[in-house]
Amino acid sequence: MELNVKGHNAAYAYTGGKPFDAAWPCVVFIHGALNDHSVWTLLARWCAHHGFSVLAVDQPGHGRSAGAPLASVEALADWVLALLDAAGVEKAALVGHSMGSLIALEAAARAPERATRLVMMGTAYPMKVSDALLATARDTPLKAIAMVNAFAHAGLAAKPSFPGPGAWLHGADRALMRRMQAGQREVNLFHHDFSVCDRYAHGLEAAAAIRCPVDLVLGARDQMTSPKQTVDIARALKARVHTVAAGHALMAEAPDAVLAALRQALH
Amino acid sequence: MAGHSDPGFDTLALHAGAAPDPATGARAVPIHLTTSFVFDSSEHAASLFNMERSGHVYSRISNPTNAVLEERVAALEGGAGAIATASGQAALHLAISTLAGAGSHIVASSALYGGSHNLLHYTLARFGITTTFVKPGDIDGWRAAIRPTTRLLFGETLGNPGLDVLDIPTVAALAHDHGLPLLVDSTFTTPWLMKPVDHGADLVFHSATKFLSGHGTVIGGVLVDSGQFDWDRSGRFPELTQPYDGFHGMVFSEESSVGAFLLRARREGLRDFGACMSPHTAWLILQGIETLPLRMARHVENTRKVVAFLAGQKMVAAIGYPELETHPSHALAKTLLPRGCGSVFSFNLRGSRAQGVAFIEALKIFSHLANVGDCRSLVIHPASTTHFRMDDAALAQAGITAGTIRLSIGLEDADDLIDDLKRALKIAEKAGA
Repeated sequence: MELNVKGHNAAYAYTGGKPFDAAWPCVVFIHGALNDHSVWTLLARWCAHHGFSVLAVDQPGHGRSAGAPLASVEALADWVLALLDAAGVEKAALVGHSMGSLIALEAAARAPERATRLVMMGTAYPMKVSDALLATARDTPLKAIAMVNAFAHAGLAAKPSFPGPGAWLHGADRALMRRMQAGQREVNLFHHDFSVCDRYAHGLEAAAAIRCPVDLVLGARDQMTSPKQTVDIARALKARVHTVAAGHALMAEAPDAVLAALRQALH
Repeated sequence: MAGHSDPGFDTLALHAGAAPDPATGARAVPIHLTTSFVFDSSEHAASLFNMERSGHVYSRISNPTNAVLEERVAALEGGAGAIATASGQAALHLAISTLAGAGSHIVASSALYGGSHNLLHYTLARFGITTTFVKPGDIDGWRAAIRPTTRLLFGETLGNPGLDVLDIPTVAALAHDHGLPLLVDSTFTTPWLMKPVDHGADLVFHSATKFLSGHGTVIGGVLVDSGQFDWDRSGRFPELTQPYDGFHGMVFSEESSVGAFLLRARREGLRDFGACMSPHTAWLILQGIETLPLRMARHVENTRKVVAFLAGQKMVAAIGYPELETHPSHALAKTLLPRGCGSVFSFNLRGSRAQGVAFIEALKIFSHLANVGDCRSLVIHPASTTHFRMDDAALAQAGITAGTIRLSIGLEDADDLIDDLKRALKIAEKAGA
């Protein structure tokens, strides 16, 4: 569905294969760098058919949402809250992956009364990006996409694959990142998104403002956002931690385990 | 397995899509010969049917053994995913039927496998899908043939039987300028020789019966989606971008930004047409793929020796192998096929039709049959077999004469193959005396 977010271009949100109904408890899914809503479709469909309303957003400048990408986690958090307004949603569970997890955290901190749950997947704080990777992303983004794509997957045979059997995750995720990169002619979206992650420095302050239950869902073999890098933020959030057998692309590599964790988090 | 880049081709040929079986520890890929898969609960069943979860329901739609093959071929081709089919023809039909319907139009290379030509020229026309054939190297011809109803451009990496090299970068760019995808039959080259996706192709299919399997044992096909084509941006494919009544109003391009084509092809094409692959067949093709890099190198090495021999024979009028400077696609082959031009090629025999028959019947190691890409060397006379339904004009457009002989060079000792050919040429020469 398309939403008119105040002060922004039209925004797209996938609703899980059912019409959006603001009367139901809402779950907002926020994707990571150089991704779009399609990384969530299995989880979003499950939620939409199990008593929730779903907004799996495309961030500005990503996928089907128009406009330029926003400059910071803070700006994106404000955009998420404005999107809730546009959808007529008072409160929602905020679920984010990687960069999206920081956006969810910041949004829940800025409007703690509106966040019913906070679920951070494939997360770390701080989410620092090496100078070498930022430089590669700036100068040779396709090479950087290949590097990140290899880092993001724990193996060569994640079953039962995503969104269904026969999908080659390395190829699909690479194609998605290339699609997002090509969709922005004015901005090097890869470098932009990774810089947004790298610059975010408000995580612990944000954690102190959170009032809702928090769950972290981590890939045991995540090389992008290592579970070791979540200790401080998990403690600050008093979060329940779920560890699944996957890398950074955990929703694709371990869809059933991630669903099980999400079900616990939402109920 | 993660590192600074994806693993190399040889590693992917052995490992992509397969891990030790979590239930038994089996290291090799198990053959899941089962029609269907038990649900954990009614809720689990409903969620699988509604695409809330990934998994297997019924082997016509997906199967764990087939899924390994699909992921492996997709990995080798640089694609986002794949679908295994009952044959290469089924893969071609699946690609077309997913994107086209009555009133749709295709632009295809005229240098096609005879079976593909039949499908496009005769059979699909009966269902309202028409095709304009153009010479693969005639770029203006490709451009001129595109109509508002065109849904697909289609060619073979190496045209059959003349081995015209398809200028994939140019034809793909042309297709994309018109909001159309390029489908490529990569059977003759395999991803070891060339990855069409890297050159701009959007969809790739194989008759896996040939080199991927490599042993002449099973019939199968694989259809790969690069994930690169933006169906929404094109605006020509409501099958993928508008609600589909046949699956609860699903909009496939919303469900998967890069996998929309495969979702519809599986959820409609496999479900309704049912041209699925047997898991046993998938397993045999996987066995073949594990040695694909080794076999393709030897195929090419042997072929070069045989071509060099034939080039010096007075009974041979012409050889259609793109590595030869005389071949019209020589320059393109050097660019697109640096590892070689495969092991299937044709040559024209001098003399009468009877001499041609004498040649084929004199061969002892080469098997006279209708296949290519076997580990054993093969021979056939296209005009009387694979292309016999084509009239003279279509044959001429495809570069076939009455004296054309097609060879598929296998993995035998090259010296033995050359001796076999030498003896047969001598007998053919005597038959004309």
